[in-house]
Amino acid sequence: MIYREAGQFKTTYAADQAIFPIAQDRWLVLAGLVLAFVVPPALASEYWLQAVLIPFLVYALAALGLNLLTGYAGQISLGTGGFMAVGGYAAFKITTSFPALNIVAVFLLSGLAAAAVGLAFGLPSLRIKGFYLAVATLAAQFFLVWLFNKVAWFTNYASSGTITAPPRQVLGIMVTGPEATAGTRYVVALAMVVLFALIAKNLVRGRIGRSWMAIRDRDIAAEIIGVRPLRTKLLAFGVSSFYCGVAGAELVFLYLGSAETLAFDINLSFLVLFMVIIGGLGSILGSFLGAAFIVLVPIFLANAPHLLGLGLPVALQKQIELMIFGGLIIFFLIVEPHGLARLWQIGKEKLRLWPFPH
Amino acid sequence: MNARRIWTSIVAALVLGGPLAATGAHAQAKEMFVPLLVYRTGPYAPSGIPIANGFVDYFNLINERDGGINGVKVAWEECETQYDTKQGVECYERLKGRSGGAVIVNPYSTGITYQLIPKAPVDKVVVFSMGYGMTAAADGRWFPWVFSFPTTYWSQASAVIRYIGQQEGGADKLKGKKIAHIFHNSPYGKEANPTLEDLARRMGFELTLLAVDHPGQDQKATWLQVRRLNPDWVFMSGWGVMNQVAIKEAASIGFKMDRFIGNWWSANDSDVVPAGDGAKGYKGATFHAPGTSFKVHAEIVKAVYDKNKGAGKKEDMGAPLYNRGVVNAMLSAEAIRTAMGKFGNKPLTGEQVRWGFENLNLTDKRLDDLGMKGFTHAIKVTCEDHEGNGPILVQQWDGKKWSIVSDWIAPMRDVVRPKLEAAAVEEGKKLGYTQRDCSKEK
Repeated sequence: MIYREAGQFKTTYAADQAIFPIAQDRWLVLAGLVLAFVVPPALASEYWLQAVLIPFLVYALAALGLNLLTGYAGQISLGTGGFMAVGGYAAFKITTSFPALNIVAVFLLSGLAAAAVGLAFGLPSLRIKGFYLAVATLAAQFFLVWLFNKVAWFTNYASSGTITAPPRQVLGIMVTGPEATAGTRYVVALAMVVLFALIAKNLVRGRIGRSWMAIRDRDIAAEIIGVRPLRTKLLAFGVSSFYCGVAGAELVFLYLGSAETLAFDINLSFLVLFMVIIGGLGSILGSFLGAAFIVLVPIFLANAPHLLGLGLPVALQKQIELMIFGGLIIFFLIVEPHGLARLWQIGKEKLRLWPFPH
Repeated sequence: MNARRIWTSIVAALVLGGPLAATGAHAQAKEMFVPLLVYRTGPYAPSGIPIANGFVDYFNLINERDGGINGVKVAWEECETQYDTKQGVECYERLKGRSGGAVIVNPYSTGITYQLIPKAPVDKVVVFSMGYGMTAAADGRWFPWVFSFPTTYWSQASAVIRYIGQQEGGADKLKGKKIAHIFHNSPYGKEANPTLEDLARRMGFELTLLAVDHPGQDQKATWLQVRRLNPDWVFMSGWGVMNQVAIKEAASIGFKMDRFIGNWWSANDSDVVPAGDGAKGYKGATFHAPGTSFKVHAEIVKAVYDKNKGAGKKEDMGAPLYNRGVVNAMLSAEAIRTAMGKFGNKPLTGEQVRWGFENLNLTDKRLDDLGMKGFTHAIKVTCEDHEGNGPILVQQWDGKKWSIVSDWIAPMRDVVRPKLEAAAVEEGKKLGYTQRDCSKEK
């Protein structure tokens, strides 16, 4: 009833090719965006911003990057943590070497650094496929983390091996460092995510995205119809690593404030991969849903006993949390193997018929 | 497709999203809140559990026996971090506003300490990293909100080298000796390295740095290197499961255990017991005595365990890390008491507690009153010196229990302090701090 496209005629090609062809979707997303920019910085507590929303945005960006590579181009990667580490350490090196450089530019440059590393580690994908490629990217993960641990130059010879986000301003507002408010950092992270999600959406609807999907679905067939595997696969690795690199820089500069290599260990790679799988492979929305699931559920489970007034011992609480979280992952994968994005799609189909399903 | 699926997902979304909005903050009169970041699960649990138990037991003792610190009860809430920095930050953010606001935080992880140091002056919460964390932060002129007394990793490393020198028959005998440092490959493990390198240059011993990656369950390669190198002494900065693995490996290659010294986080019962007889002779640094032979333990048993309020098992009391939790809680309580001497016996703010920490003067007489005579040493904190440059003891495992085998060994302050002050300038500038003038503090 409310969600019906009857009467919405598309009279131009532009209208037909719009990202959200249905007016209700368009308005919903726009209203959601406005709310996301206005409400949390004004109303949310620091805990919500710092521990929930900022990590959600950072992980969403990383998941978006991995989804381009794994979901759209079909190349499994376990190197996400390593590529994020490249972004984080590159941002640190760049901003400490050139303090006057705008921090947003630093984020983009660190993304480029990660893209370059991603291209190098994407080379094996031309020869090896599937699980073997996963193992090759795993090597990237371990090598990169080892490198940042080993070579003190990357941390400016800090004795502890920790990199700390220095205070930086954008337009006179403190964006990073301890003085930056959580609200500001949230807005910066949100703006980046919105921008990059828009770019990603347009990438995957266009020629590049189609060639990625052709490679994913059957690479030999794609090659025969004229998709160049070298260029396409490497481009996927480059773009994906760029996203992961920016996410890694944000992880250090907007979320944690300081980081050691442990923050980028193999668990991070798995976490982002789970986000993509649970959210939905080959779906932009899925990246966000997956990130929300993986970030929010443990925090909710950790808070639940307190809200219910149960004084459980912390160790028991943690173990219950892990069990429920694992159970939920299995539950969602059984109910909908195509991820949360698919659930949303089905929901939309139902909504169109509501309240008169046939 | 059936409707149930969609409903399930909608309900799930509501369940996940809804209750988070409501957070109950019930401020109670006459109490002060201390968030406890603990790790009772994961690879670091063997180290995390005894500390957390010691902490809670001492706070319980104060509340049960004395009705709090000068009548103000200590309230606390534990939060599980798994020694993971991200979870630790989440815990801190979650707990800092609870029950009228946190006044002290004990991160119990160097990684988490690094995260909380920049937040401390903004949130007005004292970061009390007792014997861990960022060594440079012990310069109170740059880091007013961070305290690391009774001593730091750098002081500890220099004291251990002094001890090794004593054992070799004089500091000049160190020349040409081979010393290996096996460390947890994290900010924590790396902290001692600059001091050791400096001392190696000054005293002429040959230093080898061997990193063990998190979590440290596999150390075959490291110990193969030790075997090839055949060092005269091995010093270890380990944590959690890494410690017991290292001790087992050392025993299996037949390394002389009395020449293997752990730092104060690498010498607990849980570290040596798994290695069985092989661990006999293993040494560890500490800044308080092990065991339960002190009056304070008897009082904890009486006031806490006999009322079934104990955090752990009664038999597990007295392990080095349990006692460390007790010392940590005692120092926090005494700092609050010091602040109350100035600001009155009421719940204090973070700023007032910070003053208490900075003016803490724990005398031997006071330790005697607390039932801790001989348990740890007197400490005087000043505005410049948040470390106290405390001496250390060396304890040795005899297969059943730890016993102290050295006198108090003073760190080499002349070596450590100038480096520490230089590092404080560097770290302080990174955070955009300015140095404060201690002569203007009162």
